[in-house]
Amino acid sequence: MRRALRNGASDREVSHVLARTRRDFLREAAGVAVGSALLRPVWARAAAPRTKRKVVVVTFGGGARDQETFMQEGQENIPHLMRELIPRASFFTQVVNRGILGHYVATASLATGVYETFNNFAAVSPESPTVFEYFRKDLKRPSSDAWVVAPSNGFNRIGESSHRSYGSGLGARVILPKRLLSAATSGSSHNYQHLLRDNYETPYYAPELAGSEFELQQLEMLLKLSVDDFKSHAQTLTSPDELSVYIARQLMRQVAPSLLWITLHDIDVAHAGAYSLYIEGIRRTDRLCSELWQAVQEEPEYAGQTTLFILPDFGRDSDEDAGGNGFQHHRTGDVLSRTTWMLASGPGIRENVVFDRAVDSRDLVPTLGAILGFHASLAQGKPVGEVL
Amino acid sequence: MLPSDLKSEMFAGYAVEARKIVTAHLPTLRQMPLSVLPGLLRELISFDFKFPAERKARERELDYLGSLSQAQLKECFHDFSEIRLSRQLEEFEWVKLPGQFVERLSAQLWSTHQLDAFRKASSDYADRLRAAVPPEPPPIPRLGISVIGQGVTSYGEPLFRKLRPHGAYFSGIKPENGLRQLLDAVAVRAKAHPLSYGHWYVDGGEAFACEPVLACVSYEGLAGARAALLRKMQEQIEQPGMGPEALRSFLAQLRPADLGMERQGADEVLHRFEVSVLTEGSGTQIFSTVFAQWAAREALRRAQPVTMLVRFAPRQRQKPMNELLSASAKAPAEVDVIGSLVDGDFAAYYNWLNQQRLVGAEQSSFLVWFEGHSQALAIGPTMARGTESRSAADLQQVLGWMS
Repeated sequence: MRRALRNGASDREVSHVLARTRRDFLREAAGVAVGSALLRPVWARAAAPRTKRKVVVVTFGGGARDQETFMQEGQENIPHLMRELIPRASFFTQVVNRGILGHYVATASLATGVYETFNNFAAVSPESPTVFEYFRKDLKRPSSDAWVVAPSNGFNRIGESSHRSYGSGLGARVILPKRLLSAATSGSSHNYQHLLRDNYETPYYAPELAGSEFELQQLEMLLKLSVDDFKSHAQTLTSPDELSVYIARQLMRQVAPSLLWITLHDIDVAHAGAYSLYIEGIRRTDRLCSELWQAVQEEPEYAGQTTLFILPDFGRDSDEDAGGNGFQHHRTGDVLSRTTWMLASGPGIRENVVFDRAVDSRDLVPTLGAILGFHASLAQGKPVGEVL
Repeated sequence: MLPSDLKSEMFAGYAVEARKIVTAHLPTLRQMPLSVLPGLLRELISFDFKFPAERKARERELDYLGSLSQAQLKECFHDFSEIRLSRQLEEFEWVKLPGQFVERLSAQLWSTHQLDAFRKASSDYADRLRAAVPPEPPPIPRLGISVIGQGVTSYGEPLFRKLRPHGAYFSGIKPENGLRQLLDAVAVRAKAHPLSYGHWYVDGGEAFACEPVLACVSYEGLAGARAALLRKMQEQIEQPGMGPEALRSFLAQLRPADLGMERQGADEVLHRFEVSVLTEGSGTQIFSTVFAQWAAREALRRAQPVTMLVRFAPRQRQKPMNELLSASAKAPAEVDVIGSLVDGDFAAYYNWLNQQRLVGAEQSSFLVWFEGHSQALAIGPTMARGTESRSAADLQQVLGWMS
């Protein structure tokens, strides 16, 4: 692979080499088969009726590179994905993000199926309709059926676009667990500071909250969680993403939304430049993905009728690009930082199969539309046929 | 305003040497596209405080461009000319604030999907420049040394994994006086081949006594400047309406005097470098391992030294960013020695990569040592790749085998 990168290969060639490399490592390590859309059996269709189907989307934590994950040297960092999830999933080795590589704007692009172009650090809504709006408007679902659990104050407007045909009142409800904890501890948050780390993208700055937020009183009403229980459980956790997963599990148990989007972010500590913290973040995210997978299997409302998608919003800069500083940032826009992967698992989805054709990160929303039965009319991607 | 409108009086605010080089090449600069010229001005505006290698590179670049005909210049910058810029960018004060222009340009390239085109144009231009004005080889082969793992008593995981395929792994190093041997070797090289900013010693903790022939930078030596910087950052963050971009612009304007570094007879070039490490590097203000890696990267990229010794020290344990920012005046922070070893191990790989990006890479050597322990790895033209030696040897011997 390195040879291909150094010999001035085209971006497309490099992406393909990356995809093949991932596939080969996965085949060796997890024993996966190479898939083809044409060979898909007829029986492999979703069993549950559309009205009962659920989707959980997890964004894999703020950008991780191949070499710390699916390459041979990195597989030790993702034991849960390798041993538990990939054998039960279809794995796409080449998901390309051609948009802006900032976490909020890129996650918004994933959620709209359009490459959003707003300022990554601005407290604005996506301009194109989000998957939550398509879902709720087309299928006439209540607000309680679409939720986002987001890591940072900067993500609080991701649930609803500013599009005039959608937007106001049609979006997802957004929980910012850190905001919730901050409110629950009402100023005496000293023992919880490790869970309130925010916005690693520029490590020193946490954006102010703007837009609608999950109210503290709903903690008890909706999540059936007392402030004391919440605070006491939070003390047992070690990172913001652990707090997010805890809230997501509570949400699954008590509200059981049909469309749940969880954005993990711990890995983005890499911006501070300490490699050990970046690796720690990957290992934690790997474990949390497994916990979410377990939750899907265990919760009666989800078991047997839920499709789980796990994908990073993008990668990080390559060591080879002198313009960057390797794992620390995602600023060069090089091929490695744009090429990532996606894992899909659930009823009707082929297991232990790897696909290395190029998938665009905008394809996620139309794919969710095809699974849940809505039409993402303004999304620019195409449904991923291999999971339908 | 467009580059064709440039006049020499517009550079009145530039320092003496910067003004001189810009006005001498004004006819060339006027023919460059706006998508590329402010990037060059960003380098030239601080010309007075650049390292000799940077000055020489800029002079040679401008001489080369000046030697091209109008048609050749147009062809040279054709791909940059194709980049579409907004009216706001054209109207920006890019002569006075080229760095801020480049930040805005970057945002626009991302949002208009022109980043790939710009990357390709930049890469093609760099190739062309390298072919026309090849960088001069170093007077002696480069030597890089990284010392990692200070304070670690034992560590069971394999080290130097990224570097092992490129060199010889030693597991029988005699650690006694190892650091002293390395420091002496570096000082001997520097004295034998005196070069302005050609020999560096970067320490992530407190530096050993620094020989005057070395450019020395240390994390502890900048404790006062770091504390001043963190205070300023806190003040800025608390300002209403402050955002990451405004904070970055604020940091870019800081000078040594702002951080209390102004001293009689001080080395202004080195002080400016130190300030840039603290203000442009992410995490350099709070994690000593990150400081050491970024300082080495920037010194290699900018000063292109022939010797680079980097010693990593334990960094403070991770805490919420607001605590890290405000911790400067409080009790000594709890350190994470194992995390720092992992950081240093990977940073040593980056130190080697950054050294190998410089001309003369095939003759360069690199040594990494687990401080106080028996493990080291040596890379160089005389060292067999992917090999292992368990023989007892001290670091002086290993350095001898590398030369």
